[in-house]
Parts: sequence; structure tokens; C-alpha cells
Amino acid sequence: MSAVTDAAPAVASTNPFSQLIRDSLVVAKRNLIRMSRIPEMVIFGLIQPIMFVVLFAYVFGGSMNIAGSTDSSTYREFLMAGIFAQTVTFATAGAGAGIADDMHKGLIDRFRSLPMARGAVLTGRTLADLVQTALTLFVLAVVALLVGWRTHTNIGEVLGAFGLLLLAGYAFTWIGALIGLSVRTPEAATSGGLIWLFPVTFVSNAFVDSSRMTPWLRHIADWNPFSATVQACRVLFGNPGVSPSDAWPMQHPVWASAIYSVLIILIFRTLAVRKYRSDTA
Amino acid sequence: MPGAIYAEGLVKTFGDVRALDGVDLDVPEGTVLGLLGPNGAGKTTTVRCLTTLLRPDRGSAVVAGIDVLKHPDAVRRSIGLSGQFAAVDEYLTGRENLQMVGQLYQMKAKAAKVRAAELLEQFHLADAADRPAKTYSGGMRRRLDLAAALVVSPPVMFMDEPTTGLDPRNRQQLWEVIKQLVSGGTTLLLTTQYLEEADHLAHDIAVVDHGRVIARGTSDELKARTGGERVEVVVHEREHIATASEVLSAFGRGQGEVAVEEHMRKLTVPVTGGAKLLAEVIRELDTRGIEIDDIGLRRPTLDDVFLSLTGHVAEVKDEENGAASAKQGGEQDTKQSGKDTVK
Repeated sequence: MSAVTDAAPAVASTNPFSQLIRDSLVVAKRNLIRMSRIPEMVIFGLIQPIMFVVLFAYVFGGSMNIAGSTDSSTYREFLMAGIFAQTVTFATAGAGAGIADDMHKGLIDRFRSLPMARGAVLTGRTLADLVQTALTLFVLAVVALLVGWRTHTNIGEVLGAFGLLLLAGYAFTWIGALIGLSVRTPEAATSGGLIWLFPVTFVSNAFVDSSRMTPWLRHIADWNPFSATVQACRVLFGNPGVSPSDAWPMQHPVWASAIYSVLIILIFRTLAVRKYRSDTA
Repeated sequence: MPGAIYAEGLVKTFGDVRALDGVDLDVPEGTVLGLLGPNGAGKTTTVRCLTTLLRPDRGSAVVAGIDVLKHPDAVRRSIGLSGQFAAVDEYLTGRENLQMVGQLYQMKAKAAKVRAAELLEQFHLADAADRPAKTYSGGMRRRLDLAAALVVSPPVMFMDEPTTGLDPRNRQQLWEVIKQLVSGGTTLLLTTQYLEEADHLAHDIAVVDHGRVIARGTSDELKARTGGERVEVVVHEREHIATASEVLSAFGRGQGEVAVEEHMRKLTVPVTGGAKLLAEVIRELDTRGIEIDDIGLRRPTLDDVFLSLTGHVAEVKDEENGAASAKQGGEQDTKQSGKDTVK
């Protein structure tokens, strides 16, 4: 015990940006270690999208009319971009629940009392979620290939599609971060992170041909950021898509998806970090 | 020259609740202040304001010579925080927790690793270092929590109810750890619901109630104001009350009068001299042939302090902790120190 007071802190760099990166990586590592110690969370996260693939592909597959074709293999190719995109948005709930849990257990207070970069706790969490999203997408792609999904473009475009998916997933985890900071319990963060995702992901071109929706609904679907990501993936995968629409995001889905994601990150990161700091001196 | 922890007129309201109503504190460097009070008195809120977790509505605070409101980040480099609300990650091992905290104190990875190993050794956690913290016992978890607050050996430490919920053995162990720590010159502010704990660890005690400091002084001073120790006797025969009263008044301290509760056959007298005196009282009563049902040395509890200072017992208010009510705190006090009964 006598040595308690004699360790001199070896202080690392103090440049604010490099400190943010460094602290974020420390927190991300912590969250990844946690995830590896609670594998059931990762496994449940995988089961859900796989279930969706199987349900949609085999239950709805025969009765859907896509691009003039009722062939169930056409629907499967159409469907996958939607499932991929929906899966990455579900990371919202995980991020929210994780941060709410940290608040609940007092870890956020521990972090707040440390001389670390203010945005690092949330950035570290969202980075760890990004890793989990990438893992989930990989497993999902393998399952998709097994049920007959194929790409018809070059490897660069396919990787570009996955890049857009990861960017969209990362953006959505910032929405989750804000939810997690705003609710009292992890349970509330989970349901609060999921409820609004259902209308967002279903009022879109993800699972049905939005050109057959009533005009006002179609308008929403066409401008839905989620639809832009789905459409961008279909284009980059060379998979059959919905009937063309005049809406700008549907005409330029790759750009639209990237811009939407960056905007969501900028807005929700700002709000979440401000909320994290708000009660702090 | 203000002390290592200095606060003036701290006010914090949550909605209608005035959690802090003008708290003033001054803790000289290298000393320990015990902040004593029931749940909801404002202890935790005070600590949160001083550790930059909460911005007070009014008032000023200086910690380690740094203005808390103006330079919170500099304050964070100079303080360690441990207690009921600064947790450890239960899925990380003890070692991983300490390394993470070290790195977030801006230590280099290698230095954080060395420091973590050192602390695990010092806090007798080396054997459990590579097990997730959720497998730790309550006492081990508190020690890990305390170690996390000590990673950079901060000059100023805050501990919020460090032993609440621990069994007596673990509480004793943690007291030893804290005593060794402060003997090294660290300034410490400690909150507690237990007078005995403040008595053991603190040089000075500030009693808080309803968001204000209502009394301060050394534990002896406070105890003197509270009436200090008392001997309580229950005699077997009602006729013996008068004789017993005579005996007790001879042992009584100062002007201390013997209080008699006839229907209970119970007599109480303030004393100084502790267990040794108790033995003398028993011998004397025995010599006089007075048969007793019960005799004990009663030390002042938080409730006694409150009763004498405010005229009311420690009230139960849950807005701050919600965990243990003041009632439970009082009961624990009784178990732990209230009465050393000799039959």
C-alpha cells in the first residue's frame, strides 16, 4: 500500500483530435471485449436477420411481383438489399441499450470523472457496434448466397454497397446513442430503439415495390433515407429493383445514401455528445 | 489559502427539490473530511458537484487549487472518484478495468499496464486479476473500484459511501485500505451514513441535512454535543431502580443525569470510559445485589446525532439514492456498533 501515492502519470498526447481517437479506441476495445464475453447478444443479433431472410424468401417469395416477374428467385435477389439494410439499422437498439446500461450501472459517471475526450465514450461504443454490424453482414451475406442471392457486378461495386451499408449502420447507431442517453433503463432503450425502425424500414422499397403504393406513401418511401440505401445496394449489386421513380434519391441512390448517412452522423453525433456533456460542469 | 477541497454556497435544485441549499466546505490538504448524513441529505449531490459530474446552479468550488466550474478537465486530472455511483465494468477483468481507466487518465498503454499490476497486488486482487469483475464478491468489487480511483495517485480523492452494503468484515478491511491511503497524504472527502465510519476515518466531520451543513467538528466534539456514550441498564426488580440510579449517577459523566423509564425498568446515563467502565458498573451493581436483565454500552448513532442537532431523526428521502433507506442504515448501525451487550 505504501506505493499508492508515488506513481507519476505518464501522460500521452494532448492534441484534442488525437486524444479523441485514442480514447475512442480504448472505449471501443472495452465494448468489443464485453461483446466477446456476452456471445449470446451477438448470436441473437444474427438469428433475427437470418429468420427474416428465410421467412421473406420462402413465405412471401412466391406471391411477389418484382420488375414484372413473379419468379421467387427474382424476389430473393430483390429482397436481400432490403434485409441487409434493415439489419444494419437494427444496430440502433444495441447501441442505445449499451449506453443506457452504462448509465444505469454508473459507468458513464466513472467516464465523466476522467480527463478523457468528451465524445470518446459514445464514439467508442458506435465503433464497437460497427465491428459487430460488419460481422453480422458477413454472416448474412453467406446465408443469402445459400438461398440463391447473387451479385451481377464487379467486386468494387459489391464492396461499395457493403461500404454504404456500414456507413448507414454507423449513422443509425448515433441515433441509438442519443436514445440511450435519453431513457432511464436499457429495456426502454431497446424498445425505443426498435419501434420507430419498423415504419422506417417498411414504408420503403425494401420489401415491396414502392411504385405500387398510394402516391403519398410512395412519396415518403422514395425520400426515405432507408430507401436510398436499399436502392443503392440494388444498383451496386446489379439486383432487380423497383420501377423507376422521378424522386432525386431514387435517381442518384448511391449519392443520396452517402449524403443521408453523413447528415445523420453530423446531426445525431452533435446532439448525443451535447447531451452526454450537458449535465457536466 | 483555501484547502484542497473548498466549496462556497453550492446550490443545486432538481425541479422542486432543493438538493443543495448553500453547502460550504473547506478541507485542508492531507486531511479527511467525513460528510455525514442520511439518504437524500445532499451528500452525493455535493460529491457530484465537486467531481465535475454536475454543474451547481450557484456557488463556487475549488479542488486541488483548480476552479471546478472554469477548468473541469484540469480538475478531472487531479481527482479520483470511488463509491456507489462510479462503477467498474463487470464483464471486464479487474486488470482490464484498471488498464482502461489508466489509459483514459491519459497514461500510455504500457504505463497503464504496469500500474494496473501494481494496484492489483496492493489491493489483494492479484489472484482474481484475470477474472471478470462480475465474479467478484462485494468487498473485492469495492476494492477494485477504489483501485480504479487511485490509478494516477490523485492528490484529492472522493469516496461516496465506500462501505454501504458491505458486511462488517469487509467494511473493516476497506477501512484499513483507506487509512493506509490517507496516511500517504491524500486529501479525502468521504460520505457516509455511519457515524462510526466517519469516527474511524475522518479528522473532521460535517453533518448535512436538507442540503445544508448543519454542524461540523471532530468526532469527539460532535459526540459531546450528542451526549456521547451511555450506559443502559434494565433491572430485574422495580424496587431496585432507586439504588441502581444511585450507582449509575456515581459513574455518570459531568452533569449527566440518570434517565429512568419506570415501566421498562430501564436506566440510562451518559458516561466516558467505554467497556472498562461498563465492567466496573456491573461489579458495583453485583456488589449491591441488584439483579439485572440487560446492560449495554450505547454509542451515539447517526440518529442520535440528528436528534440532538435537528430535533428530528434522519428522515427517509429517496430522491438521491433510492438504494437503502435511512431506516435500514440505522438498523445496520445498531448491529454494528449500537450496543455491546453483556449479560
